[in-house]
Amino acid sequence: MLGQQLVNALSLGCVYALFALGFTLVFGVLGVINLSHGAVFMIGAYAALQLVAHLSFPLWAALIAAFLVSGAVGLAIDVAVLRPLRQRNAPHLIPMIATIGIAIFFNSASQGVFGAENLRFPGDLLPDQQLHFANVQVSVLEVAIIGLSFALMAGLLVVMRKTRLGRALRAIAESPKAAALLGINVEGLFYLTSATAAALGGISGVLIALYSNAVFPLMGQPMLHKGIAVIILGGMGDIRGALIGGLFLGFAEVMSVAYIGSTMRDAVAFGLLFVVLLLRPQGMFGRVLERKA
Amino acid sequence: MKRSTTFLAHALLTALVAAGAVGSAAAADIKIGAAEALSGPAGQYGQSIRNGLQLAVDEINASGGVKGNKLVLQIEDEQGKKEQAIDVFKKLIFQDKVLMVFGPTLSNSAQAADPIAQAAKVVVFGTSNTADGITSIGDYVFRNSVTEADVLPETLRVAIKHANIKKVAVLYGNDDVFTKSGYDAFKKALETLKVPVTTTETFAKGDVDFKAQLTKIKASGADAVVLSALIAEGAPIMVQARQLGLDVPFIGGNGMNSVKIFDLAKEKSDNLWVGSPWALTSQTKENQHFVVAYTQKYKAAPDQFGAQAYDAVAIVAAALGKVKLSGNLDADRQALRDALPTVTHTGATGAFKFRQATTKDGKPAGYDAQQAAIVSVTKGGKYMIEN
Repeated sequence: MLGQQLVNALSLGCVYALFALGFTLVFGVLGVINLSHGAVFMIGAYAALQLVAHLSFPLWAALIAAFLVSGAVGLAIDVAVLRPLRQRNAPHLIPMIATIGIAIFFNSASQGVFGAENLRFPGDLLPDQQLHFANVQVSVLEVAIIGLSFALMAGLLVVMRKTRLGRALRAIAESPKAAALLGINVEGLFYLTSATAAALGGISGVLIALYSNAVFPLMGQPMLHKGIAVIILGGMGDIRGALIGGLFLGFAEVMSVAYIGSTMRDAVAFGLLFVVLLLRPQGMFGRVLERKA
Repeated sequence: MKRSTTFLAHALLTALVAAGAVGSAAAADIKIGAAEALSGPAGQYGQSIRNGLQLAVDEINASGGVKGNKLVLQIEDEQGKKEQAIDVFKKLIFQDKVLMVFGPTLSNSAQAADPIAQAAKVVVFGTSNTADGITSIGDYVFRNSVTEADVLPETLRVAIKHANIKKVAVLYGNDDVFTKSGYDAFKKALETLKVPVTTTETFAKGDVDFKAQLTKIKASGADAVVLSALIAEGAPIMVQARQLGLDVPFIGGNGMNSVKIFDLAKEKSDNLWVGSPWALTSQTKENQHFVVAYTQKYKAAPDQFGAQAYDAVAIVAAALGKVKLSGNLDADRQALRDALPTVTHTGATGAFKFRQATTKDGKPAGYDAQQAAIVSVTKGGKYMIEN
């Protein structure tokens, strides 16, 4: 049973990490806790579902479409809502509150358009076979989710650390004003970040919808709650932190079900989270924020 | 000339008053409220209920209404939320002045909103609330949804008999009145039937991954999984169980009794045992009429929620047939409440009558359904009746 539970924990942790990557990226660069990330995640899933169910797209094409649609929605949110707030120098909490409104808008709109009921992707979209390793069952989809989480994290890390773009983004994260003085196109990179984060959210929406067999308008909300815990745990804005935080939460949940009891799951998982934050208030990879006079 | 005009006016007025008086007895509208979860996670139940209510109202009106009075249904969305259900109840009862209220969809919301109707002395009629204790709220609270406490022992008995079950694992949602109450009923029934439980596991609303619990259940060697869940979690639970190679029967409560399981779990929906007062394949003439009419109107197969809502309207109409509406809202609300318990009805869900419930301290309270359960098992995307 332990082997199977370790695989369960790994795939659940990667599900959380996949969601948290885009979420943490926006915080790292824009300094905004974007609570519409759950809605963008849901939009990606519905976009892919429409194409697969009505136009018989193959899964890879639907994933690209989800990437583009969610990315476009993310860009639109930035242009229409976040940018005006930036220009008016709105205090930190305002963009967060505004994104709650955006989430409500998109959740209600999709209920109106697609109905409230759970939908699912056609069953024949993925090879249904299970891979067996000595009594451990793992699906092709789980392998894909695990692989993609690590690959995306690695890709984002390389971009942030090794490229001009990454240096520019880090400069913006440090101080948008100073970055602008250095000749960095700050607004352009804000757009790019919002769009990329949302596009990643869309991809994770499709994969998690496949994983849980359910597409519904409020599918982003429970993920959002876990996602907040994950990025706080990992260190706000840290890309490695999203993966490690996701895995931590996944392992904590699965292992507490396996060895303590499922009624204690959230108590154990969030109790551990509390302990970690007591020891490292800035999160696992976060830096201590210095308040400059 | 002037006199004759006055005379004519008088005659007209008299005629109008007479017509009005006759009208209130023969052709007035009877306004009935419904508070259902048309959106939100419980939206799929609420929408079925709305369809069932509307179909019944349309049929009754098409055949002349109740003693010539048309039923007018006013449906509001309570979103499956307690707070919203309370608001909608207040709006329907105090602002729209409906005669009675159907709903709300979830037992959770009923616990919160039914006391509003009770305090206002307005009949509240649940068509889908199956948790224990709802009708203990007071004597204006009615339901035709059979409680889990009545259905689940029968479901267990039949499943155990047919599927050779020796020991079971239990899995339920522990953050919802309905799934928790289903669990309590299952637990009691398992104790009565002396079936050993290998492990009891829980999950929460909105979970996407149940493999940790299912792996543990598989390792426990249970012959069946007793599942108290709503379909939103129940369907992925069945799929993930089959993926893990946990191929034992599932025994579900009311929340699992929906044709949506076939859409959501596809070929992995086989071997799910559910009990219900209603089955799609039930061959009574009332049910066949309902299934055909519903399918024609909504281009989709009905589920239990639609069937119970459909019957509920007929039950209320039967009660209204026994009272003489006075036009005084308070008196009419009282008269309807007094007439309802005497109604017996045979509808899509079979023979029905009310059974009085008691409050926690034993005083008479509202009314539960007294109805026999039909137990079915899923096979190849269909419910097969077993007894």
